[in-house]
Amino acid sequence: MNPAATNPAAAPALPAGLRATPRLDRWLAISAEGHVTLSPGKVEIGQGILTALAQICADELDIALERVRLLPAATASSPNEGVTSGSLSVSECGLSVRQVAAQVRGLFLAEAARQLSVATEALSVEDGVISGPGNLSTSYWELADRVSLAFDADAAVRPKPPSRRTLAGRSAPRIDIPGKVFGTRPFIHDIVLPDMLHGRVLRPPRPGATLSALDETQLSEIGGLVTLVRDGSFLGVVCRTEAKADAALGRLASAASWTGGFDLPDAQNMPSWLKSQPVEASVVDLRGEGPGPSAPRRLVRHYLKPYLAHASIGPSCAIASWQEDQQGETLHVFSHSQGVFNLRADLALVFGLPENAITVTHVEGAGCYGHNGADDAVLDAALLARAVPGRPVRLRWSRADELVRSPFGAAMAIEIAADLSEDGAITGWRHEIWSNGYVARPGRADSPALLASFDLEQPFPLYISQDPSLATGGGAQRNAVPLYDFPSWRIAKNRLLTMPLRTSSMRALGAFGNVFAIESMMDEIAEELGEDPLAFRLRHLSDERARAVLERATAMADWGNASVPDERGRGIAFARYKNTSAYCAIVAEIDLSAQPRATQLWIAVDVGEAINPDGVINQIEGGAIQAVSWTLKEEVTFTRADVTSGSWESYPILRFSEVPAVSVEIISRPELPPLGAGEAAQGPTAAALANAVHAALGVRVRQMPITRDRIIAAMEL
Amino acid sequence: MSGGTSLTVNGRSHSIASVPQAILLDVLRNELGLKAARFGCGEGLCGACRVLVDGRPVASCDTPLWSVSGKAITTVEGLGTPDAPHPIQAALIAEQAMQCGYCISGIMISAAALLAETTEPSEIAIREALDPNLCRCGAHNRVIRAVQRAAAEMRASAA
Ligand code: FES
Ligand code: FES
Repeated sequence: MNPAATNPAAAPALPAGLRATPRLDRWLAISAEGHVTLSPGKVEIGQGILTALAQICADELDIALERVRLLPAATASSPNEGVTSGSLSVSECGLSVRQVAAQVRGLFLAEAARQLSVATEALSVEDGVISGPGNLSTSYWELADRVSLAFDADAAVRPKPPSRRTLAGRSAPRIDIPGKVFGTRPFIHDIVLPDMLHGRVLRPPRPGATLSALDETQLSEIGGLVTLVRDGSFLGVVCRTEAKADAALGRLASAASWTGGFDLPDAQNMPSWLKSQPVEASVVDLRGEGPGPSAPRRLVRHYLKPYLAHASIGPSCAIASWQEDQQGETLHVFSHSQGVFNLRADLALVFGLPENAITVTHVEGAGCYGHNGADDAVLDAALLARAVPGRPVRLRWSRADELVRSPFGAAMAIEIAADLSEDGAITGWRHEIWSNGYVARPGRADSPALLASFDLEQPFPLYISQDPSLATGGGAQRNAVPLYDFPSWRIAKNRLLTMPLRTSSMRALGAFGNVFAIESMMDEIAEELGEDPLAFRLRHLSDERARAVLERATAMADWGNASVPDERGRGIAFARYKNTSAYCAIVAEIDLSAQPRATQLWIAVDVGEAINPDGVINQIEGGAIQAVSWTLKEEVTFTRADVTSGSWESYPILRFSEVPAVSVEIISRPELPPLGAGEAAQGPTAAALANAVHAALGVRVRQMPITRDRIIAAMEL
Repeated sequence: MSGGTSLTVNGRSHSIASVPQAILLDVLRNELGLKAARFGCGEGLCGACRVLVDGRPVASCDTPLWSVSGKAITTVEGLGTPDAPHPIQAALIAEQAMQCGYCISGIMISAAALLAETTEPSEIAIREALDPNLCRCGAHNRVIRAVQRAAAEMRASAA
């Protein structure tokens, strides 16, 4: 059977990763000892990718899952798969691994057929043992030394049809969990190298400030100090122990004087601040001619999303060693970066080294939800390591730096205007965004994006965050185009050209704010028309998969029939992530008797083929809980001079006592391509909560976070 | 000033070389090489560094060494092993209760302290016991189910 014949969606083209790195032996190796080693370019960030890849590989090769070994992503050995982000790890890397494994299986079967003098069709494989008619048998392991994988991937090779997969689609236990439970699987913070030293960096007290003086007398008697590193306004210490490095950092802080710095945004008046900055204005999408100049009825609403912090539980960390020998200078780093190749490109720019003089190897860090401080920490460590050639330096950020100096998710002002006809049809839709860009990742430009590079004696220009095009997922405009069947729309974006607070990719990018706005607006219009929010959405939605998740989530919650206790309310929201990825609908219940508290979420998702269903549920639930935290609690706070949310007290996140019950159901579509799950729930969670507040109190809160104070302020409007 | 503080860690007694003012987390990780307790904030606000001191969960990141002199410390390394896991360790694996797992050491310590007190904790009691532990990945509900499972295991094996 040719699966392509039954699955028109699967075009016979190689996945992007294989187009970039076609050689099979760069991806996979089979050993005589009975192991299959996979070398993916994507990294584990707590999303379970390694397990999903092992499942896909084992399935295609017909081997036990335990035989698959995974190598960390490393510039020295892995295929370059760009960044692990945008929920693309399974769809991009998984399809490459599947294709490679299918072709490798074919090469081994061909060799087995030659050895056993039978036709390949007569062979079958069970846990690597290849059997033919009678007692004929060999194995991958026996043939390992004879079969060359020095071939390029071939798009004509077809992987197994979905019906013959036995592992993919099943909930396999994550391979990294036992080591984390017994404390034996190291995070980068735990790695100790011979002769290793410890580094700390003193950041300017305010973005853009420069070092005006350093009282070196205060530093003279610091015990354990190996060296002080100063390069322009970049200041750091290298010490023999972590404790000494912490102590030295304290002394450094009192010895340094700073001047200047950027004026930060006006926290009291974010919409006007965002709208008064110089911008690059663009039209994101136009349907028809766009909405006409007038309409019988026009609803205009303004929504606001604050700056959000990644707030990883483990602060950013890196290990660097700088070597000088006859061949010249080389730099070797370990990092929890999401993109080892991109990071290497930026390090090469900063140090003026050729890329092949630098290696970056991935080691796990704490959960990461976008572009946090991981890459910045590597430049910090490398600048320190350069001062102590030959000795590795491990550097760790402080909690405050993690919360204040990592890039933020950008603040967004969003204005939506809906035109209604006399009989209540939506005839036109306008959506306009004012926001910083959402991507300032390393490795994208001819100037580095790493924090310390802006502070050096020879500084690089501050890298202003950009937005990718909508075709590649978009940034601030991600999910700004509605999935509803409106006859005309105009979607526009104003990307700020100033960036006093550094912004970059954070889980879901602009989708979090845009879906919050669109799905709040849908409820506002439904209310204006006196319609049920579910019926109103379905009336504007012809996409069957979209309807299916909405119908499933509302059925799970018994929408419309369930009795909702006093002081509680329920709301719904829906989005298809990026308009091309996972479908997600959510019913949220909120309790407003004290501080707003989410009590329950009912979530239905369609991720196409779910490789590891339990992994998908874990991702969706985790994303939704994080989104509850963003929506109800989180906001980076600042004065005109500096960010003030530098601890868990000033940047609180959701706690165990505040976490809602969550039920997730997957609408299974094993015949459709797998879609990432990591970010699909973010936007719908926010809007469902806002809609739930309105259902309970009749109050519309259009600014996140939705706190008690914000609800009271909205009541007074 | 030099060390000499005596400490029992996971059942073994140690004479610690670090100064008495040293931070317990630093001593555990850097002097004794026990890496399961993690640095998250250094301010007693996230729970990643929790260890048991005489059976009570304590943030080791703001505990000076001298204050635990002569006491019994338990870290995750002392809770159990793959061959003889603590019920909470077995339950976390069974429930696949984490994403990145950076928070999980501290959570296991809080849970172990709770389960030592009662094997019939209510869900509210579990949430309260774990409230000092932050998790950014949203693994909370699975963790709660794991604590319930561990409690049930402990009840069953006591019966
Ligand atoms: S590291 Fe000790 S409580 Fe956060
Ligand atoms: S699992 Fe990542 S912080 Fe809890």
